Amino acid sequence: MNALNTTANINDPDGFYGELIAAHQGLSDDESEAFNARLILTLANHVGDREVLREALAVAAKKE
Amino acid sequence: MLDDRYTLAFKLYPYAKVADQDRDAPVRHPVVVMGGGPIGMATALDLGLQGIPVLVLDDHEGIGMGSRAICFSKRCLEVADRYGCGEAMLDKGVVWNVGKVFHDDRQVFEFNLLPEKGHKFPAFINLQQPYFERFIIDRIWQAQKEGAPIEIRGKNRVDAVEEHGRYVTLDVMTPDGPYKVEADWLIGCDGAGSPLRKMLGQEFEGRVFEDNFLIADIKMQADFPVERWFWFDPYFKSGDSALLHSQPDGVWRIDFQLGWDIDRKEELKQENIDRRLKQMLGDDVEYEMVWSSIYTFQCRRMREFRHGRVIFAGDAAHQVSPFGARGANSGMQDVDNLGWKLGLVIEGKAPESLLDTYHEERSFGADENILNSTRATDFITPKTKMSRIFRDAVLDLSEDHAFARPFVNSGRLSVPCTYDGLSLNGPDELPGGPARSRVGSACPDAPLGGDYLLGKLGGSFTILTIDADAPESVEVDGITATRLALSASDDATGALAERYLGDAESAVYLIRPDQHVAARWSTCDETALRAALRHACGKD
Repeated sequence: MNALNTTANINDPDGFYGELIAAHQGLSDDESEAFNARLILTLANHVGDREVLREALAVAAKKE
Repeated sequence: MLDDRYTLAFKLYPYAKVADQDRDAPVRHPVVVMGGGPIGMATALDLGLQGIPVLVLDDHEGIGMGSRAICFSKRCLEVADRYGCGEAMLDKGVVWNVGKVFHDDRQVFEFNLLPEKGHKFPAFINLQQPYFERFIIDRIWQAQKEGAPIEIRGKNRVDAVEEHGRYVTLDVMTPDGPYKVEADWLIGCDGAGSPLRKMLGQEFEGRVFEDNFLIADIKMQADFPVERWFWFDPYFKSGDSALLHSQPDGVWRIDFQLGWDIDRKEELKQENIDRRLKQMLGDDVEYEMVWSSIYTFQCRRMREFRHGRVIFAGDAAHQVSPFGARGANSGMQDVDNLGWKLGLVIEGKAPESLLDTYHEERSFGADENILNSTRATDFITPKTKMSRIFRDAVLDLSEDHAFARPFVNSGRLSVPCTYDGLSLNGPDELPGGPARSRVGSACPDAPLGGDYLLGKLGGSFTILTIDADAPESVEVDGITATRLALSASDDATGALAERYLGDAESAVYLIRPDQHVAARWSTCDETALRAALRHACGKD
């Protein structure tokens, strides 16, 4: 059974974060939202595992 | 005409008329340093200790008021220690290791610099800049008594420069009127606003950040720990972000992010500073104002640090945001890099082209600092809706999830630059050798009984051998590298072996005068050693 990895897992986090922000440069709000949607779907496909995706949805929902 | 632009903390070198001013023809000096801040004075000290005559021209008569830079890094202190003033800084400074990051009223992240054992200097000290400068100048006075040819002229303002290929003429203004000075080499250490840079028509390229920060340094009896505390969107609403950091003498650095459209004059009024401070500290806390200032900042550098016989160092050459303590700390690494190279060139032992590697290595360092400081600034002051959404998402997730914490960026603290892949580097032929002491890196310190390794390195070339044979010295065109013979058993803690041998049985390091590794091998081949020494001096 796979579990969502919530430990730090990205090499060079500052570099990735910078690229992520840069990818939105010059986009309108609508374009940015569409970009994020495409990115989420692409990454979700890479993850694949339904259980892991369900856990990720719960993290993002962040129920107080 | 020669009014002070700022108030002095210490008046140390009052104007005094010198013979140069009455001569018909200008007097030629081997090196003139323009600017008497920490970088200019450290440059003078480095060259003076090598016996090279150096003249500092400063348009003031001492050290400016205001805490300004307060975080001094380990590498910076190691450089200062090589000059003989690092211990005084450490004694006066406040050592800190823990940083906490808050979002609103919740802690989202904590770091500990976790100082590794077996180093003479800690990862960071906090020390008001005037003290830092004072210790350098105290050391200059002492060196002068020991014969170091350093001269400082206060209230000597450089108004114009003229380049003549192999020398530079300077028009200098004094309270007794103008005179001219000639310099074989002119080092521009005249700060971020560098008049010299403008005189040469050189511009600064990079980004200006649209934000204002208010510094309020206050003296108070407070039971805050000696830690760096940083708030994003603080609950006390004194600014968009806030910083609290301890300094010597019971002084605290408090920094508020004010935004772009502000009325500077209004914000600097005491009642307005008090209002922000009381929101943060509560009404009951008593404090005394030490210094306040509003600053904006840029991340940019000159395209070239060397222009023939004119060389720039410190903020004059590159400027970063304060997040990460990469300003003065990188300036000291400039001095460390430039000093020995200029010394060899002036003594005729190395070609002038060696000085181009000063630009190569230190602009590499500046780019690293600018990248880190720009990223921190973008995180602290997001400038678009989407970058704020991501920033706030990182902060939200960080409370509960470890994976988000590495993205939290309130400043990546200054670490020494490793000159990976640059042209002075020699062979790296130590199989199993540690990555941290690879060719191009600044030597890590290590304990040696009651002493430390770095105190035995630097100033000239060293052949560090660990359980290996090598000649006691090698010489190339008057440049000597002297052996320091050690054994892994010289350090019972094992740190020396861990930092310099790794999995290797023995090692031979060629170490530059600025304590950077020029080449390394597992055993000594004298031919290879001589070739590496030539190469490290720009001789091929």
